[in-house]
Amino acid sequence: MTSLVEELPVSRTSDATLLELRELIVDYGFGERRARAVDGIDLAIREGEVLGLAGESGCGKTTIANAVLQILRPPAHVTGGSILFKGEEILGKSAAELRRYRWRNVSMVLQSAMSALNPVMRVGDQFVDAMRAHEKINKRRALVRAGELLELVGIDGRRVSAYPHQLSGGMRQRVVIAMALSLKPELVILDEPTTALDVVVQREILQQVEALKRDFGFAVLFITHDVSLLLEFADRIAIMYAGEIVESAPAERFSSSPQHPYTQGLLKSFPPLRGPLTRLTGIPGSPPDLRDPPAGCRFNPRCPHCRPEESALYLRQTSERPRLREVEPGHEVACHLVDGGAE
Amino acid sequence: MKAAAAPLEVKSLTKRFAVGSAIRRRAHVYAVDDVSFELRPGRITALVGESGSGKSTVARLLARLYEPSAGEVLFEGSDVSRVRKRRDVLHYRSQVQMIFQDPFGSLNPVKTVRHHVERPLRIHRVVPSSQVEERVHELLRTVGLVPPEDVAAKYPHELSGGQRQRVSIARALAVEPKVVLADEPISMLDVSIRIGILNLMTKLKEERGIAFLYVTHDLASARYVADDILVMYAGQIVEHGPIEEVLSAPLHPYTRLLLESAPDPGAKVHEIELRKGDASAAVDPGAGCRFRARCPLAIDVCSQVTPELVEARSQHAARCHVTAPAP
Repeated sequence: MTSLVEELPVSRTSDATLLELRELIVDYGFGERRARAVDGIDLAIREGEVLGLAGESGCGKTTIANAVLQILRPPAHVTGGSILFKGEEILGKSAAELRRYRWRNVSMVLQSAMSALNPVMRVGDQFVDAMRAHEKINKRRALVRAGELLELVGIDGRRVSAYPHQLSGGMRQRVVIAMALSLKPELVILDEPTTALDVVVQREILQQVEALKRDFGFAVLFITHDVSLLLEFADRIAIMYAGEIVESAPAERFSSSPQHPYTQGLLKSFPPLRGPLTRLTGIPGSPPDLRDPPAGCRFNPRCPHCRPEESALYLRQTSERPRLREVEPGHEVACHLVDGGAE
Repeated sequence: MKAAAAPLEVKSLTKRFAVGSAIRRRAHVYAVDDVSFELRPGRITALVGESGSGKSTVARLLARLYEPSAGEVLFEGSDVSRVRKRRDVLHYRSQVQMIFQDPFGSLNPVKTVRHHVERPLRIHRVVPSSQVEERVHELLRTVGLVPPEDVAAKYPHELSGGQRQRVSIARALAVEPKVVLADEPISMLDVSIRIGILNLMTKLKEERGIAFLYVTHDLASARYVADDILVMYAGQIVEHGPIEEVLSAPLHPYTRLLLESAPDPGAKVHEIELRKGDASAAVDPGAGCRFRARCPLAIDVCSQVTPELVEARSQHAARCHVTAPAP
């Protein structure tokens, strides 16, 4: 029996696009009460890349993850656009096709490992279930592989016989990550994987994900509200606000020259742990109601650069939706300020 | 610098919880073990540690939600941890208020904002009935909920998380407390509005001289608001001192680990050495340092003798045989 790591290609990193979202629109509900959670998103993830998707709660980041896996629950539904995995349309696939696509092509780690694991089933059996749902493998072999997977995330392989409550929060989250890797997916979606965990455990887990990514070569869609975490772990970052992507760029660009006022405000919302301490302001106001978003730029009610005195610009900001525009190679911003101002 | 007298002083506070069944021999979890500190007026003291380290238990002991197993909580010089008379309890509660983590769970969904802020005013008879309305508006303005007339009529579900947390703060301020215990007040809020709550705490400490205990696991936010820091590990305080000094030159290896683990946007994935173990409260702890299994500096004595808090630098103490040896 070959070990798990040997079965895997060493690295799949290349420039080929793995997942592509085109003009994706997801609505919750219909008619008058409809809330457009994701509004015309374009997003691409290349093989082997870590793409960070950041934004506040309710901005639509988890909805995107659910749409990619086609696990949106009513009243949420995809209204328009397309989701291409290796060029193949995911929308409209049959349940059987989707079952093959999930876990094998794309797997997901949810925020709360506590609710992702079955409390009355041994951890190993949950691995076996997941594997046997997707491939022909006998139980004993699946259990051996479960043990190997646990070792990969730094847990003693004998813990396959443990129940979830016998593991700490950090270990449970690692179990879920190991499970997400069990079918060697090409893309792993991490949805706030460490939000419920302590900083030390968070770093351990992210360090492990880094190491596993080096060995397995999968791509990661890392969803979080913590931009400071992405600055360190992501290759590229996309910032979402009220259902739209307002800025996307390589991670280094975000620390050196963030362009969108929302991104700037977000970065200024994290007090520094080192260096000089200045008084921060955060961002005044709160995100809009998606059932009735502000006209024009959705950030305009909270934007420090949106002032009625500058009438020409103000008119555009409050009536015209800014489009994503490339300001530097690979750096896109949707803002009237960088979009030629008040011309 | 001589600070004003501490309204709240904690001495050798200990809280044990029994574990195991009634039949089996019981063990005890030392959730809080021999913790001593003071909260001073006009200062924010951060209490940091991982989940399970006992930091919330300390806040709850101070709020009298638990009774301590040993030790004292002195409020203006008298022990309040075991008072039972309704009048005494009410008096203490009017001076020491708590803000909880979950702004959704701590407000009654079927009552308006006015109700929440008004109740403590009436229960503690802070102002005559005729002035209640006016005081409610004043409090809402203080916490930045304007216009207060509109906000007062709203229900919790009509407010955002940050606004709800501001209502909790207004409610806590209603009784004009000297001490406010804030247990992870921002961890459930959106990042862009967290700073607003922290700034509000700073404003209240400066304008009203309130002594704050800020319980958090987030070192960066602690550094932003607090003057002093207490670092907890497995039920014990392992380091304390002025926050800038502790964070710029930490003594205890655990504090160093916490600092190394925090996300550092400047660096690209810096790796830390991984060691087994966690900060959960100690079950029937024996002698020795509780951090020794994870400690890169551990020496022989660490497994035999429990280190004491030693003031290795001025006002800056740590519980470590190596970095803060007993004189």
